[in-house]
Amino acid sequence: MLHGNGFLNHRGNGFASGGLPMLRLENVHKTYGRGAGQVQALRGVSIDVMPGEIFGIIGLSGAGKSTLIRCINLLERPQSGRVYIDGVDVTDFKGKALRTVRRHIGMVFQHFNLLTNRTALANVTFPMEIVGVPRQERERRALELLEFVGLRAKAHRYPAELSGGEKQRVGIARALATEPRILLCDEPTSALDPETTTSFLNLLKDINRRLGLTIVMVTHQMHVVRAVCGRVAVLDQGRVAELGTVSQVFDAPRTEAARRLVKEAAVGA
Amino acid sequence: MLNQQVLQMLWPALWETLYMVAGSVFFGHLFGIPLGVLVVVTSPGHILPNRLVHRVAGVIVNIGRSIPFIILMVAIIPFTRWVVGTSIGTTAAIVPLSVAAVPYVARLVETALHEVDMGVIEAAQSMGATPWQVIYKVLLPESLPSLVLGVTITTISLVSYSAMAGAIGAGGLGDLAIRFGYQRFRGDVMLYTVVVLVVLVQVIQMLGNFIARRVDHRHPQS
Repeated sequence: MLHGNGFLNHRGNGFASGGLPMLRLENVHKTYGRGAGQVQALRGVSIDVMPGEIFGIIGLSGAGKSTLIRCINLLERPQSGRVYIDGVDVTDFKGKALRTVRRHIGMVFQHFNLLTNRTALANVTFPMEIVGVPRQERERRALELLEFVGLRAKAHRYPAELSGGEKQRVGIARALATEPRILLCDEPTSALDPETTTSFLNLLKDINRRLGLTIVMVTHQMHVVRAVCGRVAVLDQGRVAELGTVSQVFDAPRTEAARRLVKEAAVGA
Repeated sequence: MLNQQVLQMLWPALWETLYMVAGSVFFGHLFGIPLGVLVVVTSPGHILPNRLVHRVAGVIVNIGRSIPFIILMVAIIPFTRWVVGTSIGTTAAIVPLSVAAVPYVARLVETALHEVDMGVIEAAQSMGATPWQVIYKVLLPESLPSLVLGVTITTISLVSYSAMAGAIGAGGLGDLAIRFGYQRFRGDVMLYTVVVLVVLVQVIQMLGNFIARRVDHRHPQS
């Protein structure tokens, strides 16, 4: 199903798709619950993310950021609107087709979500196990990835024995294990201290540069967006309030939502 | 005193108890684990939400849990006869013991699996794991320490249930205590039987705790 559209064919250099967006969200709506308790998390979000870019989605808590990023790999299914990955409309994908798409989208979480009863190494081999990569091959690759994120020495430690920053590095290595085209980061630095955050962001930039990976990152931390993102969307009450390059949005905010974020960051700094 | 004659009664009775318990622990988990997994994965918001299956499985577990063992044992005699050809004896007792263990195990499995962080399950799904892969690569291994403790609790309960199975001529330590200790006024036999049971339960619990600790990596090793 996907093959004809090049999703699985070309690898590595994300720019192979030319001028087409790697990810396109088209008028995405998501509502939770029914009746009086209904919450409209997303009300018509449209975003294009180009191949190889680091795209930030920023907003205050409750703005719908997490819902939005989870709509990309369909952990949440939008009520209406479309999700395109590398030109393919995946919105209605189910079962095997959906799993194939997901295998090409890595995800990093705020709380790492590592398997507690597996070592760092076994956590990184996990996504390869799921796809059926032979044991030797996946261990070799997992060690390579741990080397890449600077954790080769702690390959046989369990997550409980690692620091927050180390856990997030394992999370990154795991997300890269199946050679994804897109990396989704859901508040990846919110549970990290400032120093660890900086080194994590450097790693992210390095990955983006070396692998040409498209990265979408949700955060409420403005300095994180400033540090790594090219373009950013400001999400406010389920809508995109503002979208542009980081300097456009942060140096000359045009909307109240963006101004509020900038002000808050200035106070917090 | 603990003479040769008493020992000659205790020894086979212990083996009969162990045989019944081992058999019913095995079959209880063979059917109880899948039932418990079914209850969990079909619950709302889990990996295979299905209200109908969830309700039906839950009701089965509740019904099973609410029937007193002594009644269950008599009630399913036709089923026991159909499975093993007789309703009397040690092997026959494994059938009602297993039937009683299934909902018990299912409930313990349910509790254990619910402890697994939804975030970890979601991470597996985001990697494209099938529901089956989530079950056997995430849910079961992540809750292994709790599952081991669950097996321990079940085993100990079955030791005590197996004593009741003496009522259908199942043999075992409980049967020995009733027939000799109580009905023939052999206070010594009663005492030794109880001592053996206490030691047996202690050993099972210690073994369970030991294994559960060994497979638990959720906290830093001190």
